[in-house]
Amino acid sequence: MNLQERQWVIGGIILLMSLIFIGRLFQLQLGPSSWKDYAARITEEREIIDPARGMILDRNGQVLLTNIPSYDLLFTPRQARLAGGLDTLALSQTIRLDSSKLIQALAKADAYASYRPSPILKQIPNEEYAQFSGELWRFPGVQSKRRSIRTNSGGHASHLLGEYRETDREDLDSGQGYHLGDYKGKSGLELQWEKRLRGKRGIKYHLVDVRNDYREPLSNGQFDSLPIHGEHVTTTLDLDLQAYGERLMENKRGAIVAMDPQTGEVLALVSAPSYSTDFLSGKNRGTHYAELLKDPAKPLFNRTMRATYRPGSIFKMIQGLIALDEGVISPNSRIFCNRDILGCHGSHSMDNLEEAIVHSCNPYFHEVMKRMVQPGDSETIFQDASDGLARWSPRIKQFGLGTDLGGHLSGLRSGSVPDTAIYNRMYGSKRWAYSTIYSISIGEGELLTTPVHMANLASIMANRGWFITPHTVLDIGGNGKPEALDSLVETGVTPSAFLPIIQAMQAVVESPQGTGTKARVPGITVCGKTGTVQDGDRETHAVFMAFAPKDNPRIALSVYVENAGSGGDWAAPIASLMIEQYLKGSIAQTEKEQLILQATYPFPEH
Amino acid sequence: MRRSHSIGQRIDWITVLMVGIMMILGWLNVASATSGASSVDWLDWGSKQGKQLIWLVICGILAMVILNIEGEFFIRTSILHYIINVVLLLAVLVIGKKVGGARSWFGLGSISIQPSEFAKPATALLLAWLLSRGDGKLRSMKTLLQSIAVMGIPAALTLLQPDAGTTLVFGGLIFALYREGLSGNVLIAGFCALLVTIASILTGASVMSHPWIGSQSAIGLLWIILTAIGLVIWQLIPNMVVPRNRRRVKNTTWISLVAALLLSSGVHTGLEQLPRHQRERVQVLFGIDVSNPDADYNIRHAKAAIGSGGLSGKGFLSGPMTAYGFVPEQETAFIFCTVGEEWGFLGSAFVILLFTALLLRILALAERQRSDFTRIYAYGVVSILFMHYLINIAMVLGLAPVIGIPLPFFSAGGSSLMGFTLLVFILLRLDAERFSVLR
Repeated sequence: MNLQERQWVIGGIILLMSLIFIGRLFQLQLGPSSWKDYAARITEEREIIDPARGMILDRNGQVLLTNIPSYDLLFTPRQARLAGGLDTLALSQTIRLDSSKLIQALAKADAYASYRPSPILKQIPNEEYAQFSGELWRFPGVQSKRRSIRTNSGGHASHLLGEYRETDREDLDSGQGYHLGDYKGKSGLELQWEKRLRGKRGIKYHLVDVRNDYREPLSNGQFDSLPIHGEHVTTTLDLDLQAYGERLMENKRGAIVAMDPQTGEVLALVSAPSYSTDFLSGKNRGTHYAELLKDPAKPLFNRTMRATYRPGSIFKMIQGLIALDEGVISPNSRIFCNRDILGCHGSHSMDNLEEAIVHSCNPYFHEVMKRMVQPGDSETIFQDASDGLARWSPRIKQFGLGTDLGGHLSGLRSGSVPDTAIYNRMYGSKRWAYSTIYSISIGEGELLTTPVHMANLASIMANRGWFITPHTVLDIGGNGKPEALDSLVETGVTPSAFLPIIQAMQAVVESPQGTGTKARVPGITVCGKTGTVQDGDRETHAVFMAFAPKDNPRIALSVYVENAGSGGDWAAPIASLMIEQYLKGSIAQTEKEQLILQATYPFPEH
Repeated sequence: MRRSHSIGQRIDWITVLMVGIMMILGWLNVASATSGASSVDWLDWGSKQGKQLIWLVICGILAMVILNIEGEFFIRTSILHYIINVVLLLAVLVIGKKVGGARSWFGLGSISIQPSEFAKPATALLLAWLLSRGDGKLRSMKTLLQSIAVMGIPAALTLLQPDAGTTLVFGGLIFALYREGLSGNVLIAGFCALLVTIASILTGASVMSHPWIGSQSAIGLLWIILTAIGLVIWQLIPNMVVPRNRRRVKNTTWISLVAALLLSSGVHTGLEQLPRHQRERVQVLFGIDVSNPDADYNIRHAKAAIGSGGLSGKGFLSGPMTAYGFVPEQETAFIFCTVGEEWGFLGSAFVILLFTALLLRILALAERQRSDFTRIYAYGVVSILFMHYLINIAMVLGLAPVIGIPLPFFSAGGSSLMGFTLLVFILLRLDAERFSVLR
């Protein structure tokens, strides 16, 4: 080959290589490659702007739950690697996190995404963060993100407010737009009104540089959206009353439920012992939760709605009302206090209805119920009792017992009003008579109610025959009370029947022989009824149910203190103080207050 | 000798135009690659594109100066240039500053000078002088050895820096030798060796030891044997048809085989010696799974930048991959990524065609010379530019391992821009004299 012809070989090689390059460009740029997506994924970053969650307020606008800033520490493994590694020991000392936990968190971040920041420590309170934020620059790849967390500064009404915490797998799969790391209401009002409280997240798209710092908005922000603030929920609670109730119930177990009888609005829901929702948020939630769970006094248990107690003597008023309505007694009917079957207390022998309630006469109501349930209409006592109970149970349920009270209180248990089915199951059909079931006549036996039901009963007494379904929300986002929260429910008992009962309730408190004299409030006519409920061989439960003032009542409440003793001694004074607090706004009965505050009823060692 | 008073009329303006377009495109892309994605402060002389503009002006002046220097000067002083550059290459190994693990730069206050860029034109000049002294042919073994020494000294010195890319560029002068009579077997052997090496790296998962070939891949050996059989069969046919070729064919076969064995064992041994990140780069290139997720980081991001450009690109100053640091060395070795991301397939293909046109134009210039010196020098220019183009583009397209080497007239940096300006404009001056000079 002529040497000059070698120019064609060299020219050919040049052309061949250029052809290969153009082919490669074609493949990379025009072929079905994913490079476009890949480039977008690493250069574009979506910034989620969480909306401020709506606050939860009391009826007077005082804050129950609000948001405060906290910080998450994030770690981007690649940045640390590029900078030559991270001093994990120094970091663990700086942020006060156990080094083995830190290393675990770092490994998790590494496994998730090398060039994306992943959280290694969440919800660091503002004060704690301030102590080490100045040191963070020393640690490559570590950055912080501000987020707001929920705070219940007073620690009040935790059982009602409920938990707000990180979403779990189920929430993420629910299709409601939750993302990994989002928080949501998990119980109580936080869960019930989640959709309104949550607001709408905003999204900002950024172009980022290789250090993942935002550089400029993507496409001039045309895809961005602004966050929409969550709505505030105003509850019906009276924070002062709620806080006072919680203070009175310190070192005790039990519940106080207070309502406005005229509106059905719940004023206080005290479940003792209690905790603060703040205790269950933040980085120590796990250990705190386990601590609460192990406590034998069950602080996590919402006694106002979940505990079902025997109502005890307060049930006698319903018995009396229905008996009057049924016509089996008149206000003046006197019944011999025959203590053969049921014991009684005090010296009385032939009480009328009012006296029987004041004295809490057990044989009286045993006889009253017998007249209703087993009047002798049928051949056998079994058939008779069965028919009688079938008439009796629905009437009791009209007082709300054994029902969900309209269903506006999430988590409320119905309790139990025994009917024929229950006894047929227990004893067999036609195998039981009144003599088998008589203990329900005085509020014992198979009868179970929650403190909310008892407070609602007080409302019925206050209203002389009707109640508004109890509810806890006054307003959401300035749009007023959500519809259908307050519907009126009639008990079907003639109003005149209430006169002697309310007379009796007044006497319980005001008459010197009354069992509830400790419920007196100076200057206010309080109507109430004590209850003392058996709890095996332990100290009895103290129960009190009241409303005040007698005319145009503004508060109806129930007090239940577990294993405290008699209702008159331990539940009545609490009711008295609650009524005084709500109606007068301050406490003059300091001696009574001191007595209650000092009383403790430790969990019985059984 | 007649002094050319009409130098302007004799300059090959086509080449000047192509080089000028490249410089301006390069400057615009440097501006875009270093200035974020939206605004460029064109008057900021401290920025990369400001400095590059100053270098462009300096190179323009340099080009005019060169065009006004008699070609004879370069011929007569070629040894001197070469010696000065070799001394500088030796000096940089001692007093150079270390940048990215290589001692390739002299630091002079705020500016740095890379002597290897100036050694390229000097080596091309001396090679042209050496080969044109006799009858212009590479016939004697002595001339061949001298030529290899001229290439080998700067090649070895740059390898010591270490700057493997520049070493390869000096090695690329073999194209000039080929044009001047070096056996084509060398090219074929080199090509075969490359094929076998690639095959053995691809299959190099399992390694077997052998006393006289060292550590060798088992499957790699199989490949070598298969290639040998293929070569023998391929060579048997012309052998039987034209018996007088027998000797040449045998030579080609054996040279290819030996070169393949040496190169592949060399590469394997070399790979063992390389630092981990460099070994992984080679392995990643061949699709071998490397446990380090960042091993293919550079090349993955370079490909993503180019691939995301699509047909017409994201537009000038709108390429976040290159502007925001996702692509390494985005204004120097990886400048083509900016072209790919912002100008898309159309722009990238245009640049490829521009380089092809420039190389072929210089090839044409070479072949129209009456002077052996000018022709050989022109081939040196083609070889050097082609090697830069080949290695750089192949690297950013993910076809070659990551070897940092500038793209002529595009990459930011004063030394390389001046080196290429010297290279091309000395040729243009020599070319302009082609009718007036008899050598």
